[in-house]
Amino acid sequence: MVAVYVIIGIAAILLIVFITIYNGLVRRRNQVKNAWAQIDVQLKRRYDLIPNLMETVKGYMQHERQTLEAVTKARNLAQNVASSGVGERAKAEGELSSALARLLVVVENYPDLKANQNFLALQEELTSTENKIGFSRQYYNDSALRYNNQTQMFPSSIVASMTRFKASEFFEVTVAEERAAPKVSFT
Amino acid sequence: MGVLLLLVGYFMGLYFLGSGTGGIIIALVIWAVMNLIAYFQGDSILLTLSRAKKIGRDDHPRLYNIVEEMKIASGLEKMPQIYIIDDPALNAFATGRDPNRAAVAVTSGLLRKLNRDELQGVIAHEIAHVKNRDVLLMVMCGVLLGTIVILAWYASRFLIFGGMGRTRRSSSAGGGQAQLIILAVALVLMILAPIVAQFIYFAISRKREYMADASSALYTRYPEGLASALEKLAASTGQVKSANQATAPMYIINPFRKKGMAASDLTSTHPPISKRIRILRAMAGASFANYDQAYRQVDKSQGGIMSTSTIDTAGVVPLAVAKPRAKEEKPSEAQRARETSDVMWRLNKYKTITCDCGTKLRVPPKFKEPAIKCPHCGRINPV
Repeated sequence: MVAVYVIIGIAAILLIVFITIYNGLVRRRNQVKNAWAQIDVQLKRRYDLIPNLMETVKGYMQHERQTLEAVTKARNLAQNVASSGVGERAKAEGELSSALARLLVVVENYPDLKANQNFLALQEELTSTENKIGFSRQYYNDSALRYNNQTQMFPSSIVASMTRFKASEFFEVTVAEERAAPKVSFT
Repeated sequence: MGVLLLLVGYFMGLYFLGSGTGGIIIALVIWAVMNLIAYFQGDSILLTLSRAKKIGRDDHPRLYNIVEEMKIASGLEKMPQIYIIDDPALNAFATGRDPNRAAVAVTSGLLRKLNRDELQGVIAHEIAHVKNRDVLLMVMCGVLLGTIVILAWYASRFLIFGGMGRTRRSSSAGGGQAQLIILAVALVLMILAPIVAQFIYFAISRKREYMADASSALYTRYPEGLASALEKLAASTGQVKSANQATAPMYIINPFRKKGMAASDLTSTHPPISKRIRILRAMAGASFANYDQAYRQVDKSQGGIMSTSTIDTAGVVPLAVAKPRAKEEKPSEAQRARETSDVMWRLNKYKTITCDCGTKLRVPPKFKEPAIKCPHCGRINPV
């Protein structure tokens, strides 16, 4: 009789442990999804900002057609691959970031532009959006790391493989240039 | 601290009512009532007391953006509300009983003096308080401390002015010795409890400050921002006029530094600023483990500041690449000052009219005339 109780007890404990770990995994996975949605919001915001920026900048920077076109091209490319996987998207966005960074370096040569109120407001928006993309990427990668750790570490790895939790991809910046370049800052 | 409250309650009860449980119940009731008030009204009381004004995105885009950036970096679900306190002192605080009902407040002085990176470090510190649920913890601890102090104070008055007769009466019954021991214990507790409670409270508060600094470095990946902000804060001497004892741990630096005394290292609710700066600058990476390491290095002690479980979850985190120092700060301090005063005028419902001669006219909300004359050039400007 005692043995039966012991077995039932152990089974109950195992079940509770299983449920706890499973719920933990689900929570982490949702966190990753949510973090991805955050990146998405910011990237869309950047697509919206760029035409405005181009409109403001165009009049002042006629000699920089190449730089301006590079930004527009990178933006359109990034928008086209917006629905594809994490890896491909990260690459396109990385290129857009570096094209924008180049533009904002060139801006330094145009004092008239830098005095334009409209441009200053846009510049703050753009800097902040760049930062937000960076921070949401950082948060996404952090949560992806935590989630992946949990799917691979014992004992949660058992539950994860039983219930088919897949490891999630990191949002790596693949453009070497961007990785080497210092963060853009207008302070 | 809770144990301390129960002890105080027990012995006071034993002495005054003849039953320890009665004392405990009274203590708990007082504590519960105060807690409820603090829980449901705490943040609005705090914000009202500090005369903070709520702002939106359009009032101060840079501040709003920075808060939003830190909200994203910390993974907070809801955007905290933002308040500005019109005070030249440099300080900031966070409030809100749970992360979904949070608010951060900064003084206008802070907006004037700090550049974007520094402001970001400070906001990250405040958001970390929200994210780590320090606000709730410190309010609960503060209320507990308050309850102990109140109990001990009232009990001591009773003892001095009304207790003597009771002792004489009961000692004749033969229980004199026991009564005397209880009296002695009650006396000692009355004197020591508030002091001990205060020490515990300060210790918790200091630890949470270190944690918030560590989180700020983790969120921004740039501890230098907060370090240089703290440097500016330490150099300033202003006290926040509207702060009070209970709200002190919520500020980024102790708002009660003695007037005219800079860089106070004797603050009690907060660790010494110079030490906080040294730790932040000694960090080799941005993770909690790096902060812990830097703490050991600066403190020269064996014990770190964080529990191993906190450190383990963080992983390896590189620092952001050092930002190139711009030749001139943009916006410059003068620009920031102008911008901040514009915001403050607007928040106080003053209208701003720019006259053709370049003069800015601030029109108070009470002004009802249709037009106003510029004091410089005499042009008539419509309101």
